[in-house]
Amino acid sequence: MRILGISAYYHDSAAALVVDGVPFAAAQEERFTRVKHDAGFPAQAIGYCLAQTGLKLSQLDAVVFYEKPFVKFERLLETYLSVAPRGFRQFLTAMPLWLREKLFQKSLLGDELKALDAEFDPAKLLFSEHHLSHAASAFYPSPFERALVLTLDGVGEWPTSSVALGNGAALDIVKELHFPHSLGLLYSAFTHYAGFKVNSGEYKLMGLAPYGRPAHTQTILDHLVDLKPDGSFRLDQRYFDYMGGFTMTNARFEALFGEPARAGEAQLTPFHMDIAASIQAVTEEVVLRMTRSLAAETGERNLCLAGGVALNCVANGKILRDGRFDKVWVQPASGDAGGALGAALAAHHREFGKPRTVATGLDGMAGAYLGPAFAPDEIAGRLRAVGAVFEEHDEAGMLAQTVEGLVAGKAVGWFQGRMEFGPRALGGRSILGDPRSPSMQKTLNLRVKFRESFRPFAPAVLAEDVGDWFEHEDVSPYMLMVAEVRRERRRTMTAAEEALFGIDKLNVARSEIPAVTHVDYSARLQTVHAETNPRFHGLLSGFKAATGCPVLVNTSFNVRGEPIVCTPEDAFRCFMGSDIEMLVVGTCVLRKERQDPALALDYTSRFELD
Amino acid sequence: MSFLREITEFLLARKKYWLIPIVVMMVVMGGLVVLTKGSAVAPFIYTLF
Repeated sequence: MRILGISAYYHDSAAALVVDGVPFAAAQEERFTRVKHDAGFPAQAIGYCLAQTGLKLSQLDAVVFYEKPFVKFERLLETYLSVAPRGFRQFLTAMPLWLREKLFQKSLLGDELKALDAEFDPAKLLFSEHHLSHAASAFYPSPFERALVLTLDGVGEWPTSSVALGNGAALDIVKELHFPHSLGLLYSAFTHYAGFKVNSGEYKLMGLAPYGRPAHTQTILDHLVDLKPDGSFRLDQRYFDYMGGFTMTNARFEALFGEPARAGEAQLTPFHMDIAASIQAVTEEVVLRMTRSLAAETGERNLCLAGGVALNCVANGKILRDGRFDKVWVQPASGDAGGALGAALAAHHREFGKPRTVATGLDGMAGAYLGPAFAPDEIAGRLRAVGAVFEEHDEAGMLAQTVEGLVAGKAVGWFQGRMEFGPRALGGRSILGDPRSPSMQKTLNLRVKFRESFRPFAPAVLAEDVGDWFEHEDVSPYMLMVAEVRRERRRTMTAAEEALFGIDKLNVARSEIPAVTHVDYSARLQTVHAETNPRFHGLLSGFKAATGCPVLVNTSFNVRGEPIVCTPEDAFRCFMGSDIEMLVVGTCVLRKERQDPALALDYTSRFELD
Repeated sequence: MSFLREITEFLLARKKYWLIPIVVMMVVMGGLVVLTKGSAVAPFIYTLF
């Protein structure tokens, strides 16, 4: 059975194709259109998914949209009525949009799909539910026969969190928490308050948290969040503006913490670091209360997570170490893009009643490498067409050249195989560096990625060596678990270094791998497995043989505000527009000094800052 | 017309009878507002709508 899932029209549009219950192809539209978080109809992503199978749209068994527009409209209307007359301006903004297109999404989608294939039958178009799509994306590809499934995000239709029980092919939602009480929206409110963009700056807030102290945690719990022992909660809407206004927080919120919301790109102060640490602590408290009470209530030993909040890898690591569950599996595309995959999987098992074969090995996501790949001949042809100068090697030669570049301290663009599905680069479209270098974090942040200097980088480590370097024995193939660097790998800090506060801490090397060690010794781990990415595993093995260190800095192949590169041409443009010194595309090796200087790009102003 | 049938069925299934007059009024009045343009407020607020 061949089912296409679609998410679109809010943020992070995507398409995913499921064949006989197995994720076959999936990609976000932004990678093709080069517009970050593109919300448009994912025509190019659908085109890619179909090209992978050679099928036409009309030959598929069903196309499933990831949520129900009518229920969302119902939530909007009821919300406006509940806050009226406040919210009238938001109402006036939202309603034309709805009356023009969103309310007619069924016919809109039908028209878009017919434009791709005139023979497409609109009766094949189905609608899932937002949180069911997330839950399905978390459970069906997981390696578990049965599991508790927890989804947490901003909001879909009504639910903002859901609890489901998965058993074989069955997946049933048993509890929900409804709008406006939302952990995702609470985190987004603080993202806005700290001066970052809602919907993309949440990672930054999480990365900023270890610089601060959770000084405002009690204030948040006393005034904003009425948190119950089982992790359910209510948000005091007197402090928030999102139900009827145009910002997340209001003047009462600012008065509570004593400072106005930070303007974008303004100086970050210890206050903002403390705010970040405080909301991170509250988030962890909420999810730990939820998981503890659900573990006790259901007796389940496996946990699956999805929804935007499941990208909070610090909280995920704490859930795992809390020990209430034996295994925790997080969907790598936990944001709304992953809803496309979940919608298709939910239709396969629940609507069409097809049995489920539990994935063997790591899981059923094929390492999240579900995007486009390019054959060696095609890579060379495309690079030649854009004027690139490159050497072609065999596999061993390419790996040896790359290791040599990394050991020499170069920032290396690494473009290999299928593109990742989800927000993390996992060795398919990555920028790599030597984690032992004390200057690598600053270099990558400021000269390569043009982003804020406080932001941490993640380590990719050979799966078999993870326990030697990090306080972590389990797998973490998707960079969705945070663990600390092992004590014996840490550097003892001097009293003066210990006394540093905030971003001053950044310049102090605190372990053998300072470029991937955050100021609290934590690291956002990716374990690299020979079964899912043998070439990246081979590179790490080569780096280990040369240096004794099985770890590399792994960051996404893009600059600030740019979608991760998709094609060899995208990779070449990013290479020529940043301080990446070496680019490896398949077995082709490009060196910056050999490129035509006339092809250099001014890349810094090309993308809107995220 | 299929839209009107579907949304009516939806409101009946959800037992949201009291939303029916509001939706009818909005769809009728909708013709007047479709010509106005929606504004981009996305960076400041979660995409609730």
